[in-house]
Amino acid sequence: MFEWRDVSVSFGEKSVLRGCSISGADGARIALMGPSGCGKTTLLRVALALQEPDSGSFRSDAGRIAAVFQEPRLLPWLTAAENVNLVLSDGPETLSDVREWLARLGLGDASALYPRELSGGMQQRVSIARALACAPELLILDEPFRGLDQELRNKVMALIRPLSFRSGLLLATHSAEEAEALGCRILRWRDGTFVE
Amino acid sequence: MNSREQSLPLKAAVCLFWLLLWALAARLVGQELLLPSPLQVLRRLFALALSRDYWSMIASSLLRVLAGIVGAALLGVLLAMLTEYSALARALLSPLMTLVKSTPVASFIILALVWLGRSVLPAFISGLIVLPVVWANVSAGIAGRDAQLLELAQVYALPRGRILRRITLPSVLPHFRAALCSALGLGWKAGIAAEVLTVPRSSIGRMIYESKLYLETTSLFAWTLTVILLSLVIERLLLRLVRQIGRKGGAADV
Repeated sequence: MFEWRDVSVSFGEKSVLRGCSISGADGARIALMGPSGCGKTTLLRVALALQEPDSGSFRSDAGRIAAVFQEPRLLPWLTAAENVNLVLSDGPETLSDVREWLARLGLGDASALYPRELSGGMQQRVSIARALACAPELLILDEPFRGLDQELRNKVMALIRPLSFRSGLLLATHSAEEAEALGCRILRWRDGTFVE
Repeated sequence: MNSREQSLPLKAAVCLFWLLLWALAARLVGQELLLPSPLQVLRRLFALALSRDYWSMIASSLLRVLAGIVGAALLGVLLAMLTEYSALARALLSPLMTLVKSTPVASFIILALVWLGRSVLPAFISGLIVLPVVWANVSAGIAGRDAQLLELAQVYALPRGRILRRITLPSVLPHFRAALCSALGLGWKAGIAAEVLTVPRSSIGRMIYESKLYLETTSLFAWTLTVILLSLVIERLLLRLVRQIGRKGGAADV
């Protein structure tokens, strides 16, 4: 389960979220939709404890949380496999799992390549592999398919859809199609909060 | 190849040009006491190199000055970590580092002569040169770590050791290496200058001082050439060591 309770966030004079309350039962999947700058990312950052809300709180019963950000956030001095392995044991014992995940995302031949040798879309798929490889109980996706063409999007969404996340899945997106493909309940932005 | 880099044949040609100019000047002066020729200097250097004393003096000076440089580099890293996490420590140390950087080395040597033993002083002076440079660069490296990668580490709850090895170390090492690049030569030369002024037993500085005292200009040149060659060797070796540490930490190239 997860729950944002009465979350408000403002940046200087600009109020982004006003008393936003959303909750989901075990395994619930929600998609936050709304125009750019409406607070989707901010709400996810509150969930990731990267943003302190002015008031309110977020809680979940997830032990392992994984996130795919809008940008890949790969360590440039590590290979694709090492970047994924970083969130596992960082040792050789998990490398076979890492290669398997990279292969499932169509990156079987890219595991030894550095981020500078990968295209933007490939980098983003490495970051998705990193999130999925650690078997998260709560998966947070912030516009995760940027830079991926439609065919790859479909392939990645088909990969994520059957996976189960015990505490839930939170998605920020502009695309209702993506939300539906991942089996999410859609919440749309209205007056500083998200409603069905 | 970078346009500012020179090819090996060009480097050799430039070197030959200056050696020839030096030889010509020495011939024009015509007095070894005032300006020995390159050949005379090389002959003296080889003669010195055949003696055991030459190598023991080099070893003593290296040990003394490198102790100061390595000690100051480690202290610089520790202080940079301290000042990164403590605003009070930063407020206290920043002006001190500026003061150390701005004070003439000679003033420190004279002052330190009053406070410290002669054998310790060269290490202390080398350390003083290296410390503020390493501190400033490593501080910049720590502060400049990619905030997005630190957030990633937070989200995935990476252990502190892994963050240090995989994010901090590769981010800081290029800065540490740049600090060593600019401070090593200065620290080594300042250490030898301190030896010249304090004349500790068995040291390159003492030999330079005695060469000057007995008007042994050729020996002075030979010992100076020794200092230059050692400076190059130390710089290469230490930087290679830092690069290897970086590779073990996961940095592709630092």
